[in-house]
Amino acid sequence: MQANEAVHRCGLCRIELAGVSVRLEQDTLISNVNLHAHCGQLTVLIGPNGGGKTTLLRAVLGQVPYEGKILHLDEQDKPFAQVRIGYVPQQLPFDKQMPLTVRDLLASALTRRPVWTGVSKKARQEVLNTLTLAQAQGLMDKRLGALSGGELQRVLLALALSPAPDLLILDEPVSGVDHNGQALFLDTVNALRKQQHMAILMVSHDWTLVREYADQVALIDKTTRMVGTAEEVFASPAFADSFPHTHGPGRTA
Amino acid sequence: MMDALYALMDQLLPASIFGMQFMKNALLALLLLTPLLALLGTMAVNRRMAFFSDALGHSALAGAGAGLLLGASNQTAVLIVFGVLWALLISRINRTGGASADTNISVFSSTGIALGLVLLSQGGSFARASSLLVGDVLAIGPNDLLWLAVALVGGVAAWALLYNPLLLSAVNPQLADSRGVKTRLVEDLFVCLVAVAVMLAIRWVGVLLINALLILPAAAARNLARSAPQHALLSVIISLLSGVLGLIAAYTLGSSVGAAVVLCAAVFYALSLLVRRVLRIAN
Repeated sequence: MQANEAVHRCGLCRIELAGVSVRLEQDTLISNVNLHAHCGQLTVLIGPNGGGKTTLLRAVLGQVPYEGKILHLDEQDKPFAQVRIGYVPQQLPFDKQMPLTVRDLLASALTRRPVWTGVSKKARQEVLNTLTLAQAQGLMDKRLGALSGGELQRVLLALALSPAPDLLILDEPVSGVDHNGQALFLDTVNALRKQQHMAILMVSHDWTLVREYADQVALIDKTTRMVGTAEEVFASPAFADSFPHTHGPGRTA
Repeated sequence: MMDALYALMDQLLPASIFGMQFMKNALLALLLLTPLLALLGTMAVNRRMAFFSDALGHSALAGAGAGLLLGASNQTAVLIVFGVLWALLISRINRTGGASADTNISVFSSTGIALGLVLLSQGGSFARASSLLVGDVLAIGPNDLLWLAVALVGGVAAWALLYNPLLLSAVNPQLADSRGVKTRLVEDLFVCLVAVAVMLAIRWVGVLLINALLILPAAAARNLARSAPQHALLSVIISLLSGVLGLIAAYTLGSSVGAAVVLCAAVFYALSLLVRRVLRIAN
C-alpha cells in the first residue's frame, strides 16, 4: 500500500494527516505527509535521522506551524470538539539535583494547590491512581532525579495519560532504556491501546520492537515514503533506499 | 495597632536588644522580607537564575537614578516599574539574542550599575549611591512596614497561583508546553514578581546584599531537601533564622544589619553542605 493511497474513509476514529508540510525559513523539513493513525492502534514512525519524524510530531502537537491538514475525526468523520494529546518526550533533560519527588511533579501537573504547600490526601490518591496507569505506583515518593531511565519514562507516560488523551505521542520513548525497562514500558503501552482505545503515534529505531508491537508502520523520510505493516515496510524498496546500510530486517523474520 | 504589637514584643523579646523601637521595626521588617525572598529563591535556584537576579538587583541603581531624573515623589514606585521593565528586557534578550545568557546578563548588570552611578553621582557626591548600595534596615518606619506586609501577602498569593506551572516548566519547558502551560507567560510573570520583591526590599537590604537573601537560603535548603515542600519550608526557616540572628549579631557587634544577615545565611549554607555530606542526602 503506497502512502498516497492511504487517504480514504475508514470509518474509525482517527487522526488524519493530509498534505502536511513544515518549513523552517528556506528549508523544507517535511512535505506532503499523509497518514491515518487509528484509535486502538499503535502507529510507529520510522525513518533516518533528520528525516523529519520529530518535526512531524511537533506539528501534530501544534508546536510548529505547518501547511496541510491535521484532523482528529470520530467514527462519523466529525471533528472532535476538543482533542487531548498526551506526549512522552524522547529524553527529558532536567536538573537531576532538583529537590522534587515524583509526587511533586504529578501534583503540579494535575492539581491546583501549589505544591510547595504540600500535597493533600486526595491529591496523593489521584497521583497514585495516575501512576498506576503506567505501572509506576511504586515510584511516588522517589526523587525525580534518582529514577532510572525506564522508571522516568513510565512516570512521564503516567503524566501523559492523565487526563486521558485521545492521542498519545511517544518520541523514541525507550531509547537508552535497558531491555527490561523497554519491555515493561511497551507492554504497558500495548495494554493501554486495547483498554483505552486511544490512537498512539510512536517514533522508534528498534526494528525488533517495531515488528513486535506496531499495528502500522510509516516510513518518514522528508515525506511519507511507505505506510503498511512492519513486514510490508521492511520489505519495500523505499525502506532499502532510506536505510541503505540496514540489511532488510523484514526478511530475517 | 503598632503600639499593641510593640507592647507584645516587649513582653516576648529581651529588652537589652529589642528595647528600642528601631530594633523592633527592623526585626518586623526582616520577618516580613525574608520569607518572600526565600520562597521566590527556591525557583530562582532551580531555574539557575542566581546571576539573573543579581543583575536585577544592580539595576536598582539605574532605577533610583531614573527616579532622581524624573523628580518622582514616590521612589519605590519608580524602582519597581524600572525593575520590572529591566527584568522583562533581560528575559527577552536572553530568548532572542545571539550571545549566551551569562554574557547577556553580565552586560545588563554592568550597564545597570554604570547608568545608576552616572545619574546618582551628578553634583559629585556618591552619598545617594552608597546608601542604596548598602541599605539600612534600621531606618525603616511603621508605614514602610505596612507596605512590606501588603507585599508579603500579595507576593505569597501570586506565588501560590504561579508555582505549579512554573515548576513544570522548570523541570522541562517542552513538557510544560505539552500540558498547556503558557511557559513564556509564567516565566515572565515570575521575573516580574522577583523584580517587585527585590525592589521593595532593596532600600533596606541594599544592592550589594539583596541577591544573597534571595539565593543563599534557597541554595542551603536545596542541599537538604528531597521534595518541593521541604525545599520551600527549609528555605523560609533558614531565611527567618538568618534574619533574626543577623540582626542580633549586628546589634552586638555594631555592624551593618544586611551584611550580618547574609553572613548568617552563608553559615547556614556551609552547614547544609556538611549535613548533606554526613547524611548522604542524594536520593
